[in-house]
Amino acid sequence: MMMLQGLLFELPGGGDVFSQILTILIYAFLFISLFYGQKIQMHLMLKEIEGSLYRLKYIRDEGRRIAIETIKEVGKPQKDPTTMVDRFLEYFTIQPEDMDPAGIVWKLEHILDVRDARFKDEVKLLAPEADDVQINNLENTLEAAMALNYIYKVIRHYYLLGKKTLSLYIIMQIQMILPLVMREAEAYASALKAFAYGQPIGDGIGPLVAAKLMHGYPVRKVAKDCVVAEVPIEGRIAYVIKAEGPGGNVGKPGDAVKAVIEENEGKIASIIMIDAALKLEGEEVGEVSEGVGAAIGGPGVDKFKIEETILKYRIPINAVIIKEDIGDAVSPMRKEIFDSADKAIERIKQVILEKTKEGDKIIIVGVGNTIGIGQ
Amino acid sequence: MSRKEQTPAQISTFTMMMIFIVLAISFAAIILAIQAYSVYENQFAAAYLTFIGILGIALSLYTIMQVRRRLARLKIETPPVITTIECKKCGFKSVREFQRGDYVFKEVEPCRKCNENMIITAIYREFKEKRKETTSF
Repeated sequence: MMMLQGLLFELPGGGDVFSQILTILIYAFLFISLFYGQKIQMHLMLKEIEGSLYRLKYIRDEGRRIAIETIKEVGKPQKDPTTMVDRFLEYFTIQPEDMDPAGIVWKLEHILDVRDARFKDEVKLLAPEADDVQINNLENTLEAAMALNYIYKVIRHYYLLGKKTLSLYIIMQIQMILPLVMREAEAYASALKAFAYGQPIGDGIGPLVAAKLMHGYPVRKVAKDCVVAEVPIEGRIAYVIKAEGPGGNVGKPGDAVKAVIEENEGKIASIIMIDAALKLEGEEVGEVSEGVGAAIGGPGVDKFKIEETILKYRIPINAVIIKEDIGDAVSPMRKEIFDSADKAIERIKQVILEKTKEGDKIIIVGVGNTIGIGQ
Repeated sequence: MSRKEQTPAQISTFTMMMIFIVLAISFAAIILAIQAYSVYENQFAAAYLTFIGILGIALSLYTIMQVRRRLARLKIETPPVITTIECKKCGFKSVREFQRGDYVFKEVEPCRKCNENMIITAIYREFKEKRKETTSF
């Protein structure tokens, strides 16, 4: 004990022992921040990315586990589907060449059709006992698991690259976008169970509005995975279109709108599209807004087809959107979003009264994933 | 895909070992401090050793809390999803937890009051805001 006391009193610098320690600490701090400041900052950033990477890995593994369990439960396969699921998670789609953009939409559509058919075949092999609705839901579950796997691998790539090259800029880039990436991953994580159980998701608000309008009226198939019903609204004839539910499916609304317009030889007074849209921070979830244009997301093929057809026949197009954030769009539908369906219907009726005359024919399209929503 | 790696839901052995070593050293420092104060009557050394001991214990407890918080954060929350069933004829309404196979506008069991087939009219989840935003915008 005396030795420890003696050692502390023998420190250079004069004055009392606490001042000496403080002076040494300040000098050490200055020296360290001058020469190792950037390295320490880099180390802290890497630690932060590592923490998020752990969570991403956990979410990715959970996604894989849920997908395998659902396949076993629903599809009752003869063999263990684990190897096939692992292979499925690594699937990729190569975008068509865009050096000469003319005709790229049709190339992209073809590739997306091939991808869709391939996915469906694989899911049928994985889950032979599953019916069509379950196959669609399983496909969506696997796609969510695929997205999580991809996000994890990209973040891991930049983390390892940053660690290997010790490049502050690589590490900084990934650290800066990390909060947004984590939000997206969390959204897909909550989507997994919704897809596995076949629960309606926030993105399904468009098909829900359409289903509420068409419920009780005869329904027929109009394009691949799409249905239409003729519904009298405010003295007009409305062709209400949505993806065929209740399986997880977005259909081909572009083809459906084109088919209905051509059936009526272009004599359509107006088109109203209803879709979920990403809200800005500060906006309320379930807020209904109105505007013009084709309200449809995705790769752009359906939007292109709708715009081409309405241009040909000079049909005005209106849009009603329901605002929600990315997390709400893919997780089970929130009550606020569900309740906004009635508000959207009121807004549609208002648009119909303002923009069309009695006896006119109109098209109403509910855009989105119809999982858990019938018609 | 290798499945042999340690899952992030577990505390690493190295972290646990380090925590135990620091805790052991901290307790030893406190025992030495008591000894220095009572046996050797050296208040200065006792104060230093007590400081080291308390700091070590505080750091260990903080690390344990951090690890526990990280593990709790890893869990994926699954909020309850509610199915509302309605009878279109008599208006009877019942609410239950979502069951696999439920979908909006599905015909389900007959109504308890009028024996007409009921339909699912709503499926949604109740969302509880974790904390209210304090901004005035």
